[in-house]
Amino acid sequence: MTTKKLPMRAKLATSATRSAAALSRATGRGDGSVIGGRIGLMIDPNLLAELASGRQIVLISGTNGKTTTTRLTTAAMSVLGNVATNGLGANMPTGHTSALAKAGPTPYAVLEVDEHYLDQVLDATHPRVVALLNLSRDQLDRAKEVAMMAALWRESLAKRDIQVVANADDPMVTWAAQVAEHVTWVAAGQRWHDDSWVCPECGATIERMGDAWWCSGCTLHRPVPQWTVQHDGVVDPTGTYHEVKLQLPGRVNRANAATALAVAAHFRVRIADALARMTEVKSIAGRYAMVERDGRMIRLLLSKNPAGWLEAFDMADNVPTLLAINARDPDGLDTSWLYDVDFSPLRGRHVLITGDRAMDLAVRLTVNGIAFQHVPSFGRALASVPPGRLEVIANYTAFQDIRAELDRVN
Amino acid sequence: MSTDSQLRLVWVYPDLLSTYGDRGNLLILAHRAGLRGLPVASVEVRSDQALPVDGDIYLLGGGEDGPQSLASQRLLADGGLHRAVDRGAVVFAVCAGYQLLGNSFYAKGTECRGLELLDLTSDRGPSRAVGELAGDIDSRLGLPRLTGFENHGGRTHLGPEVYPLARVTTGIGNDGQTEGAWRGKILGTYSHGPALARNPALADLLLRWATGSMLPPVDDAWPDALRKERLSAVAS
Repeated sequence: MTTKKLPMRAKLATSATRSAAALSRATGRGDGSVIGGRIGLMIDPNLLAELASGRQIVLISGTNGKTTTTRLTTAAMSVLGNVATNGLGANMPTGHTSALAKAGPTPYAVLEVDEHYLDQVLDATHPRVVALLNLSRDQLDRAKEVAMMAALWRESLAKRDIQVVANADDPMVTWAAQVAEHVTWVAAGQRWHDDSWVCPECGATIERMGDAWWCSGCTLHRPVPQWTVQHDGVVDPTGTYHEVKLQLPGRVNRANAATALAVAAHFRVRIADALARMTEVKSIAGRYAMVERDGRMIRLLLSKNPAGWLEAFDMADNVPTLLAINARDPDGLDTSWLYDVDFSPLRGRHVLITGDRAMDLAVRLTVNGIAFQHVPSFGRALASVPPGRLEVIANYTAFQDIRAELDRVN
Repeated sequence: MSTDSQLRLVWVYPDLLSTYGDRGNLLILAHRAGLRGLPVASVEVRSDQALPVDGDIYLLGGGEDGPQSLASQRLLADGGLHRAVDRGAVVFAVCAGYQLLGNSFYAKGTECRGLELLDLTSDRGPSRAVGELAGDIDSRLGLPRLTGFENHGGRTHLGPEVYPLARVTTGIGNDGQTEGAWRGKILGTYSHGPALARNPALADLLLRWATGSMLPPVDDAWPDALRKERLSAVAS
């Protein structure tokens, strides 16, 4: 798109997208990316394809870690030039349209894609690389079953000649990606196993030993990874170890960094250059940021599903911890997943609970044998802990509520 | 209860029948038995293993069509659940697990043979039932109102040899009128996942059936608060 001119209709649609987004921001209705994109696509249904054309595009999808990996990949790719991205997590075609319209012409774009929309966005954007992170249960009252999602991915990758970067430690992702002609495998880890015990190919049991996994009934097994997360760093395809010093906590973010490095390597970004840019990333739309309030140093962690909670427990420091749970539309209305999470890593900590569905959490923690204190609000939580660190783990809308109280921390 | 005086809880085929926090029912029964000082052994039996017949309470969870029909076939071939029921074991099943206890059910568009442990048949409804479920439980069971969350596409038709678990006041359940079914010590419900979290008295009923004795009351302040919140949410 740097040299190519947009057709008239696309130009009009692009400008309408930008003004609607600006209007939405100005009136305090949100960041505007969804409404802007929706209006643009109404004027020109082909707008996303028009805006994508001429750019080298990376798509990033999966159940968890999309937003962070998109940010890290954007940082790595910025070594090469300007990168358009939907960094605020508006990850459906309206959000992609809005992000590309807002960025203007850029040689590169890195887009986070909701896993249900991957096929549609592949069609519209013809990406050069697609990164697939993981698949696990998420928003149970409406999301497609994990195996069904893997089958949809597999189907859409089989019919395209595309470079895929995929997680070799996730059997569902492996099965979906292995039909692609070119796959770079990343050993990105899988802490949550409970959605991949049954082989998506033949229905037999998946066996695991150490890092290895294989199907007991067919040939599906862990591919040999080219990139591996090891200790505090990443081993590249030549076997060279690179220390990864991120400001973002946890092993899962080193794995996200490994995926970002593997993607950037397809664009010939040097690893050292990419790492230097990735190290600058401090927080992701409020996640991981350390905020001071009334003498409390508060860090927000977002967890939207069982796999995400396991990762959050791995990142969380051993300090007073507030858990906040809602079940509004964006969260899914069903709180059953609380019983898929083992909260015992929190045992012995000062645990506080809040949110619309704190009572569900109260019963869950009681059954888990974890003492807790119920507080009616974030403010009361602050007043209930001594000055010092407070860890906050929240699901989507509960996270946004608390973020709003902290002046929409970024 | 079995002779070694341990309460044996058997989770049937978690590799096939486990969605929506189904583990919750196992954890809640173990927790509530523990509060009464009952020693508990929890066993998870995968579908490639023989089902033990000496369990006291068997739990069946939810699942998608493919795993559901596979689970039914394997349970019919194994025969262990039928032998356990003949011995007087308690069975608690939710959602797909509830359907497969019946005479027949539909999975992937075809009629599948069920275990015939409850006199009922299931087919597909005109729409998916997703949301809060509430109802007045059969007075013979002496339990307070049922509260739960349902998410299923099935409709279940009860035969003359089972009782409905509840009369629906919110949601769909079996058919918009009745919800769940029970006979003897076998009980099934569309209230999915950790159904016992919101219905501690139902959990205690299963424990009473299994132990044959009354249970001392426990502090249910949090489950009661949760029940009150969910039941008032559907009342408004």
